[in-house]
Amino acid sequence: MPMDQVAAHGHDDHDHKPGFFTRWFFSTNHKDIGTLYLVFALIAGIVGYSLSGLIRLELAEPGIGPLTGLMEVLYGTTGQQAIEQAKSFYNVVITYHGLIMIFFMVMPALIGGFGNWFVPLMIGAPDMAFPRMNNISFWLTVVAFIIAMISFLVPGGNGVNGFGGGWVLYPPLSSTAGHAGPSMDLLILSLHTAGIASILGAINFIVTILNMRAPGMTLHKMPLFAWSMLVTAVLLLLALPVLAGALTMLLTDRNFGSQFFDPSGGGDPIMFQHLFWFFGHPEVYIMILPAFGIISHIVSTFSKKPIFGYLGMAYAMVSIGAIGFIVWAHHMYTVGMPSDMKAYFVAATMVIAVPTGIKIFSWIATMWGGSIDFSVPMVWAIGFIFLFTLGGVTGVVLANAGIDHALHDTYYVVAHFHYVLSLGAVFGLFAGWYYWYEKMFGLKYNKFIGYMHFWVMFAASNLIFFPQHFLGLNGMPRRYVDYPEAFELWNYVSSMGYALSMVATLLFFFGMIESVIRRRKAEANPWGEGATTLEWTLPSPPPFHQFNELPVVKTEGGH
Amino acid sequence: MNNSRIAIFATLGALFMLGLAFASKPLYDTFCRVTGFGGTTQIAQQAPDRISEREVTVRFDANVANAPLKFKAAQTELPVQLGAHSLAFYEVTNTAASDVSVIASYNVTPHKAGRFFSKLECFCFEERIIKAGETKKLPVIFFVDPAMEDERGASDIRTITLSYTFFNTDEFTGATKTASLN
Repeated sequence: MPMDQVAAHGHDDHDHKPGFFTRWFFSTNHKDIGTLYLVFALIAGIVGYSLSGLIRLELAEPGIGPLTGLMEVLYGTTGQQAIEQAKSFYNVVITYHGLIMIFFMVMPALIGGFGNWFVPLMIGAPDMAFPRMNNISFWLTVVAFIIAMISFLVPGGNGVNGFGGGWVLYPPLSSTAGHAGPSMDLLILSLHTAGIASILGAINFIVTILNMRAPGMTLHKMPLFAWSMLVTAVLLLLALPVLAGALTMLLTDRNFGSQFFDPSGGGDPIMFQHLFWFFGHPEVYIMILPAFGIISHIVSTFSKKPIFGYLGMAYAMVSIGAIGFIVWAHHMYTVGMPSDMKAYFVAATMVIAVPTGIKIFSWIATMWGGSIDFSVPMVWAIGFIFLFTLGGVTGVVLANAGIDHALHDTYYVVAHFHYVLSLGAVFGLFAGWYYWYEKMFGLKYNKFIGYMHFWVMFAASNLIFFPQHFLGLNGMPRRYVDYPEAFELWNYVSSMGYALSMVATLLFFFGMIESVIRRRKAEANPWGEGATTLEWTLPSPPPFHQFNELPVVKTEGGH
Repeated sequence: MNNSRIAIFATLGALFMLGLAFASKPLYDTFCRVTGFGGTTQIAQQAPDRISEREVTVRFDANVANAPLKFKAAQTELPVQLGAHSLAFYEVTNTAASDVSVIASYNVTPHKAGRFFSKLECFCFEERIIKAGETKKLPVIFFVDPAMEDERGASDIRTITLSYTFFNTDEFTGATKTASLN
């Protein structure tokens, strides 16, 4: 994007910010809403991260220890009863860890946070297409999170509060037979609310990207992050209603006597799995595609080269999104489907490795021969590429139905999806955070703390999740509160990795606090010639209203 | 196109997918019936005209989910020639002091045999009331389609297990609807 064609934006006369309450509660400004989403995702992330701490604490050594103690404190029970409750509570913890991380941390941060902040800036739009709908999306997400937290605290049905049937919510565990308590009903309400919020957000992004690009910016010149958000928004729009449908059926099964998933009435619980994964597989791409977009910009910026194979990168995301809708049953190879069907889903799943490979190789090709600046965002981006590739490789292993029969629901699967999401999407998040922090908040962060955060986090997350491959290959099933002593070593290592990740998390917050206290003033473009997208033409932080005169894009070459 | 146009199209797309989610219920039922998916058996009006030399063993399995019943097959297995219609019996006894209304769900394994396993008559087609203390003989008339021996991937079937599970229908209201689906 040519910077010289964009007039400097002084805008002091336009920059009237409303008062605190109006600004943050009735906000219709895409940057403020983006900030709200980021703050919200941080809070939800702390909750989700604490829950995973409980998991690693319990699994640090064999036996059911720490959670039993917690039950004694929380419920005043003792002995065998406390142990039984600890078992149920463990299931509740893993369930809410998954749901919170997916719906209230990764999605709000990547889509609501960075998406709201940078899609309008990158495409040269003054704001989102429907600013007030944007406000509704955010506050519905908050409401959904509050309902989920209430659901965590009301009786689930197995002697403890909260629903403990796993984030996939399969019946009959999620039917009244499995969890009769109100917790599951509240969880359904929460996910419905979060779903509506995301669908409204998705519509907003689609309209903004299709209609509000700066003059001259054709779709094929649009920055890749905007491309990734467009594909993500379409996936959200088409996948979430299916989840809403499945959840509604579950709700009527639970409360109004229908039998969609109840075999005694001619229903089939397997149908829920089909519906759930028809949503669930696109959902994992919803979480990773925005990170793909962010990584593309960072790699290009710090290699001081345009991204290699721009169009290929854009259409790789489109095809990942499209193929993502026809591979869902690879999550359920073990339900007893015919071999021919498995063969199809194996083949279709493997095909996704092609566009994903295009992306990985194009990032490497972008770096190739570039004048690479190993800045903080760049090391996060390279960490992302490394870890995501590792997770992708185990994904190709798991795509094979024959192998999956042995590895289904083992820690190998847990390791796989944490490598692509917990390490992939989250490293993408941190990369974006360090890339855009100055731009968003107008403050410089301490680079040394940024590097420290990266290296500690990199070591910690590999310590946590790499040993889980070994556990899974040795047959340790997921979602179990206890394990035989044979699995002790690698579980211990994994838990120690978690302890180290707490240091990384402290470094992250320390870096943030340090930058706020020191108040080093940010530059408009701290990254130099490599940073070519429109957001770097604005001051840091950008004015409250930007692009009152639309920037005109003339030169060739998209990104 | 202006903003609201695109927004309306997007909303319609979302609503279409929501509709599709609910339509998946009848579609799923139809799909299972037509393809025999998950071992769904077929319903036929008459036995085929061809009887093959091939013989398979049909085994009979009986389960009760949530009703006060004793339920068993009168025979453990029968040799059945492909195309020939056979009669098998199940026996059910109500062990409770009150009448109970029940319906059976069913399938066959291996699942791929579902397409070829046809019933001419079955006690499972409708809801049944078993009186207190009553013992009933329940007939099934079925045949295995001779097309099975020509089908790649199904010609290796030597044994088919027919399984029933009785459910108490007093616990829900959808029984008649369900029976009509099958």
